[in-house]
Amino acid sequence: MEENSMAEVFNDIKKPENLVYSKSKVLTDNVMHYCPGCSHGVVHRILAEVIEELGVQDKTIGVAPVGCSVLMYNYIDIDWQEAAHGRAPAVGTAINRLWPEKIVFTYQGDGDLAAIGTAETIHACNRGENMIMLFINNGIYGMTGGQMAPTTLKGMKSSTCPFGREPAQDGNPLKITELLAQLPGTSLVTRQAVHTPAAVRKTKKALLKAFENQKQKKGTSVIEVVSTCNSGWKMTPVESNKWMAENMFPFYPLGDFKDE
Amino acid sequence: MAKMIGLIEVDIETCKGCSLCVEACPTSVIELAEEVNGKGYNYAYMENPDACIGCANCSMVCPDSCITVYRKKVEMV
Repeated sequence: MEENSMAEVFNDIKKPENLVYSKSKVLTDNVMHYCPGCSHGVVHRILAEVIEELGVQDKTIGVAPVGCSVLMYNYIDIDWQEAAHGRAPAVGTAINRLWPEKIVFTYQGDGDLAAIGTAETIHACNRGENMIMLFINNGIYGMTGGQMAPTTLKGMKSSTCPFGREPAQDGNPLKITELLAQLPGTSLVTRQAVHTPAAVRKTKKALLKAFENQKQKKGTSVIEVVSTCNSGWKMTPVESNKWMAENMFPFYPLGDFKDE
Repeated sequence: MAKMIGLIEVDIETCKGCSLCVEACPTSVIELAEEVNGKGYNYAYMENPDACIGCANCSMVCPDSCITVYRKKVEMV
């Protein structure tokens, strides 16, 4: 009897007019290959939501990187171009110059944007190419097995620095977003995270702003998302979110560095 | 007095049981199931459906977009 009334209540709520949230139509039905709890999934989702809200699905071109998100073109239903490792800003530059009326974004991890692709990144930002650069920073090379990246924190363990990163031997972690904020070509430089619902909403707002800047041809918009790699960090998704808030945020503080 | 009642629907087959939604829920509605889905993950489900307020926090943090949220305002007597 009680179960029947429960089902009745559910049927009463489950109506199209009561719908608060459902999966974005810009996302495909493919199940993402990412590990459980990976930040990539959340960023893909809000990216798809922003594209859907602005109604720019038919004129957005994404540049996929090398890294875990290399198969990103399977998940968001827009036009894509795959770039060689680190060269997404160069490919983005070409697309942007051939089709100035299209919306172009690049999506890169820290090994792609801040290591092998540093030159492309810095020069694309310095030229002020009119595109959006999304930077996923989890302080590790997640795809290849958790090796040390330029953004690995001091003392942070990875498979190639198992006793923690030692600056005397391994160098210092690189704050590339702060570097890019110094360049005259960038219009919006911000660092966000996606570990709590509030942070996700803020990141989505920043993305909306970046798409708006692109429409107004303001220059490069750089959005860094401090993320987790729970497989590479050897933690559960919930623990890695906590670890990120305690250890990553003091060195990579969230907030806007430039907004013109 | 009016009250918000919510309902979430989890796509069991795409859920990977990361439990980020369990952590994000302000009213402790969601738990991971004892049973597993086709891929062997303990999927999320509504343990305390009465407490759901339809705030959509769970869907905000879900990396696999497998949560659909409904919300309705009801008058309490």
